[in-house]
Amino acid sequence: MRMTGADAILRSLEAEGVEVMFGIPGGAILPFYDAIARGTTIRHVLARHEQGAGHMAEGYARASGRVGVAVATSGPGATNLVTPIADAWMDSTPLVCITGQVKSFLIGTDAFQECDITGITIPIVKHSWLVQDVRELPHVIKAAVHVATTGRSGPVLVDVPRDVQEAELDFSYPDAVSLPGWKPPRRGHPRQIAASAQAVTAAERPILYVGGGVLNAHATDELRALAEAGRLPVVTTLMAKSAFPESHELHVGWPGMHGPKWSNWALNKADVIVAVGARFDDRVTGKVSAFAPGATIVHLDVDAAEISKIRHADIPVVGPLKPVLAELAKAVAASATPERTEPWLRQIGAWREQFPLKYRQRREGELLKPQRVLEALQELTAGRDDVVWTTGVGQHQMWAMQYIRCDRPRTFITSGGLGTMGYGVPAAIGAKAARPDATVVCVDGDGCFQMTGQELATAVLEELPIVVVIVNNGYLGMVRQWQDMFFEERFSQISLTHTVPDYAQLARAYGALGFTVESEEELLDALAEALASGRTAVVDARVDPREHCFPMIPAGAAALDVVEFEDTEDTVRA
Amino acid sequence: MKHTLSVMLENTPGALTRVTSMFARRGFNIESLAVGPTERHDVSRITLRVDCEHHSLEQIEKQMHKLVNVLRVLELGPDDSVERELALLKVSAPPSRRAELMALGEIFNARIADLGPDAIVFELTGTPEDVDSFEELVRPHGLQELARTGRIGLGRASGANKRPKQHVLV
Repeated sequence: MRMTGADAILRSLEAEGVEVMFGIPGGAILPFYDAIARGTTIRHVLARHEQGAGHMAEGYARASGRVGVAVATSGPGATNLVTPIADAWMDSTPLVCITGQVKSFLIGTDAFQECDITGITIPIVKHSWLVQDVRELPHVIKAAVHVATTGRSGPVLVDVPRDVQEAELDFSYPDAVSLPGWKPPRRGHPRQIAASAQAVTAAERPILYVGGGVLNAHATDELRALAEAGRLPVVTTLMAKSAFPESHELHVGWPGMHGPKWSNWALNKADVIVAVGARFDDRVTGKVSAFAPGATIVHLDVDAAEISKIRHADIPVVGPLKPVLAELAKAVAASATPERTEPWLRQIGAWREQFPLKYRQRREGELLKPQRVLEALQELTAGRDDVVWTTGVGQHQMWAMQYIRCDRPRTFITSGGLGTMGYGVPAAIGAKAARPDATVVCVDGDGCFQMTGQELATAVLEELPIVVVIVNNGYLGMVRQWQDMFFEERFSQISLTHTVPDYAQLARAYGALGFTVESEEELLDALAEALASGRTAVVDARVDPREHCFPMIPAGAAALDVVEFEDTEDTVRA
Repeated sequence: MKHTLSVMLENTPGALTRVTSMFARRGFNIESLAVGPTERHDVSRITLRVDCEHHSLEQIEKQMHKLVNVLRVLELGPDDSVERELALLKVSAPPSRRAELMALGEIFNARIADLGPDAIVFELTGTPEDVDSFEELVRPHGLQELARTGRIGLGRASGANKRPKQHVLV
């Protein structure tokens, strides 16, 4: 069928089953937007900033388990996508970015809105294409989706010059891609899986250290089967939060810098650690040489380059996690004596009792405690399986990790590796597009909200309602904590104030509901009303800026050297 | 320790940049790099020399394998491969020193690519170690300019190890 390149991109995306894309038009991508105007089955969500579009596509991908698609024009449109691309790269989120480029004959001349976006993004994409011949487009789109979603998933970029979008081709969509250099592993080595099973069943103190790879691999059922077959305790990293039911008796929290002490002790005192789609990130290990000394490491990952990158793997298994975990679960079920791990599980349970999360009770006349905001959110949504959470980056994110319970996969969406402030609001909009049935709650900080808050307009006008709860301490809170703890309380450039802007008024200006809360009653009322409203709502919870997020493993310290909350007479246990 | 890697990659725009960018980004140092066509018109070969520990070498190989344009990564071991390098050396050669320099060149089988009143351009093909030696020998005579291609290599056609070592992870 004869059509333009722009039409061919759309027909190709439709053929890939893409249902939603997020973007903003501009000069070099005009032919593509004209094709959209002429008709497509794909919904286009108009963002207010390309960074927002990119994070929306990420939120969509993470909530749905499918590829996210973001569209931008050349030059500044494309460079605004760089942050989401880097974010998707660090967190292995499948993302296809389509950018317009100046006309082919202008490339290299510093033309208006020209920039070498394929060059700029080389270090942060799995692959990219600058399409020079319109006839390549169907194959390139198919390859782009294939590369983004197979092996270790991640971002790809397709840059299409305007004249290529306008040129015509005889369109037929290929059934298969030919990429001789892209061959992700298809199964794990049976001998390595057998060795893993042997190590796990012989262990006195085994633990599953689960990373985001399990969610990317759609392998949460297999993970649960493995944990239950061997009665193995499970810690889930920030990226894996919701990969294993958090009310399950075998879930023992979240390891790392702000993980509970009992979670870090369980991981660091284990004798066999099975790392599942996890990458021994510095925020998890602390000082690597002191991490889990003496433990035998079984490392399951689809990406061979993660094996022994940080910590030597005694038993590596390279392969897609779904079949690898299924086979390992089967092997463990066949040979495990489940009661073997009971003393270990009792020990972890005792640590859990001994080292609970704690914070200081609010005194009369003081602002709300930020931890209390998260606790209240958890109480109000307990038992609901239709809530999807997103966060920004900082203290509020860590409190969300500690206090929110997620029992269903893909219900906690956050920026882990890159730590992108401003991720929460657009990611929530993307998640809502993926899960219209769900109540999507963005737990945000006041600093984060001001980086991408303009996307409230998108939420309201595109009818993708989200609830944003701003844990507003008037500061760049995590920076404040570090300056307080490690820079002798010399606070430098962190004050944002509780009151500028007035977030509730700002929300109303966007056509959303706005609440300002300063007391427990106001908090509970506003959260209940916002959650029940079905509208986009912003709850500005003004909290005590003095609160630090504890426990904490200082950067570079050993994971067992946790700095704990110091008890006072008004301490409350979470 | 030094290692020679032979990388087959698709002959497409930007493929070389992806490889070198990966090295820069991950902090691996390239000592020499030579790129050129192969027996297949759609495939190029990069011969890379790196100085690193075994752990880094493993990372380099695995990270390169993840690049979509990279088809194969081989390590060329010194015993099971042939390595050569081409060098052009412009050496000061007033008439009084010319004979001495030409005799030196003969020992190394260096050709004289060009001869001027005050200088000689030698062309030398040999193992990189031979090139090093020749370079050191002519340097005292006044090495005006030097250009080296960087080493290229292939697995041997003879002997027990016909195929170079290919790392495959279980």
